Amino acid sequence: MTDLADSAASPATPTLPAREPLLKVEGLTKHFPVRSGLWGKGSVVRAVENVNFEVRPGETLGLVGESGCGKTTTGRMLVRLLEPTSGKITFNGEDITHTKGSRLRKLRQDIQIIFQDPYASLNPRHTVGRIVAMPLQVNGIEPPGGVKRRVQELLETVGLNPEHYNRYPHEFSGGQRQRIGIARALALQPKLIVADEPVSALDVSIQAQVVNLLRQLQRDLGLSFVFIAHDLAVVRHFCERIAVMYLGRMVEVGTRQQIYENPAHPYTRALLSAVPDVTKLGGAGRIKLEGDVPSPIDPPSGCVFHTRCWKAQEKCAAEAPVLLPNPNGSVAACHFPETGAVI
Amino acid sequence: MTTSTSPAAAAVDPEAYLQVRDLKVQFPTEDGLVRAVDGVSFSVRRGQTLGIVGESGSGKSVTSMSILGLHNPARTKISGEISIGGQNIVGMKEEKIQKLRGKDVAMIFQDPLSALHPYYKVGAQIAEAYKVHHPSASKKEASTRAVDMLNRVGIPQPQRRANQYPHEFSGGMRQRAMIAMALVNDPALVIADEPTTALDVTVQAQILELLEDLQREFQSAIIMITHDLGVVSQVADDVLVMYAGRPVETGSVEQIMKRPQHPYTWGLLASVPSLHGDANVDLVPIKGNPPSLINLPTGCSFNPRCRYAGQNGNRSFSEVPELRPAGEDGHNVACHMSFETRQRLYAEDIAHAGVAQ
Repeated sequence: MTDLADSAASPATPTLPAREPLLKVEGLTKHFPVRSGLWGKGSVVRAVENVNFEVRPGETLGLVGESGCGKTTTGRMLVRLLEPTSGKITFNGEDITHTKGSRLRKLRQDIQIIFQDPYASLNPRHTVGRIVAMPLQVNGIEPPGGVKRRVQELLETVGLNPEHYNRYPHEFSGGQRQRIGIARALALQPKLIVADEPVSALDVSIQAQVVNLLRQLQRDLGLSFVFIAHDLAVVRHFCERIAVMYLGRMVEVGTRQQIYENPAHPYTRALLSAVPDVTKLGGAGRIKLEGDVPSPIDPPSGCVFHTRCWKAQEKCAAEAPVLLPNPNGSVAACHFPETGAVI
Repeated sequence: MTTSTSPAAAAVDPEAYLQVRDLKVQFPTEDGLVRAVDGVSFSVRRGQTLGIVGESGSGKSVTSMSILGLHNPARTKISGEISIGGQNIVGMKEEKIQKLRGKDVAMIFQDPLSALHPYYKVGAQIAEAYKVHHPSASKKEASTRAVDMLNRVGIPQPQRRANQYPHEFSGGMRQRAMIAMALVNDPALVIADEPTTALDVTVQAQILELLEDLQREFQSAIIMITHDLGVVSQVADDVLVMYAGRPVETGSVEQIMKRPQHPYTWGLLASVPSLHGDANVDLVPIKGNPPSLINLPTGCSFNPRCRYAGQNGNRSFSEVPELRPAGEDGHNVACHMSFETRQRLYAEDIAHAGVAQ
């Protein structure tokens, strides 16, 4: 598996200018030990396996995949809510893989997270003002003009009425709550925001409001985003570069155009064709994947996708593919990458 | 394409299996009367799929619950008519509804993990659903039937799977088991309430395909309740768009998706990000939030969020628009704007945004 890290680290971003990456992830791996039964044999869930990517300043990277593909685990390792099993995370030139204590607190000023569930991620007994002020308070930051003014500014930035400072989360709708979560993430003026499915719990009309807000913040504040989502259409709208994950591994990385118009990995194609398309009534020409995602406790040999891939050959079961540039422009881990555009 | 949805005023469709006319469901609460459904009419024939679209709180789930007779009559005011295979179930005795429920009308719920009992084996739960309506069937017959159904919905090794508990199933498999349970008595009408919302797109595609196959085989009528226009466009023959408990637009799936007439439908279409077109164009969201069902805005309940409210003087704010024919046969819309105005606005403002492009 070490060869994968070597070959993938550099060509993962072949199309971008040589700027220093803000975030660099190398060989990131997370295993969760599990036990079946009280005295059962211990085994390991390979949630994230040897993942490499970079995020440049002001860039938005989308992490997409089905549930259980390790995208949330990856995001949580980036903000250091989970301890990586192995691998290296470099932020702003500094190795942050195992940072602890006050240094970690300092680091979290630069990397913030927006959670999926706007109901569970806000303390119901705190006022909005207190929730948004919390990051400032924890870090002992006294903004010029006072905490209250700063919080009201933040509320205004995310499109909430600053007069709602003293209200409680239950007085807000789902979309407004997500705005509160965004204001809290912005409080410390972070450089990078990890957004973990920030709009998937919202109604369609509200979802569009929040996506537009995030796009505007990204443009105005020059933030970098790692945007985790399962909705490929939302990701296309928000991210310049997209990484597709399957069973804890990265299977394809490319620009928006490469991933959505000329995807090389069969899994990316299947994922795209499964998205219900309003323009195609009746859903003709869909690529159907059989069965379920295999268990990450006992992943298939070779290419982990070979059990569901219609192009799989003997080689796929024997040998794990590495992320390599392909004729379609993206970087894909496939022995027999697809060519040509999506129909 | 013939359409089986009809406005309140239109004639009864004699071939319809389910006929809902002027359904009103209201819940008296301490804060006031919640008008969850306020005058909805539609009908579905066997072998046809009706998609009901709307946001949370638009009344789509309440409508489906009343078709199953699931509301507590002590706390609910229901009026109108729900005729299932010729029998009106509004005001029907609970014992009689029980005979229909599960046999003639079945439901597929959104979250299979909470809809399946965690303590009983999947096979036993399906067998129970069968035995309720076939009291003379032996235990063995019922469990054979359960395994058959699991096989029919594409669960591998159904014999072994029937002996497992819901937690041993993956999300997609659980939803298949739910579908097996719903179909075990060959219902003529299946109500699917957001059946794929909790699933990944790849699994969603499998489940939608399965439902279509089963519909072809059993000729059942399906009501697909969803907020996802994509799902509706894949499976529905007819579409009913609801807003704040009222129907705002009905028509064939093609009319609604390709030639929508109501500003709310436009808003839904323009706010959904698309896989095609220019990704750098901002989405066009519907401003504001859905209204409270206790305090509906006067006039058209969409008026506070409608970009075009006030086009016809004061009517949007004072007069509730009725569903009226919108040009094409079977296409009805509840909007005060004239057909010409809507055509012009759609072409100018909407046709380029979101999935509407």
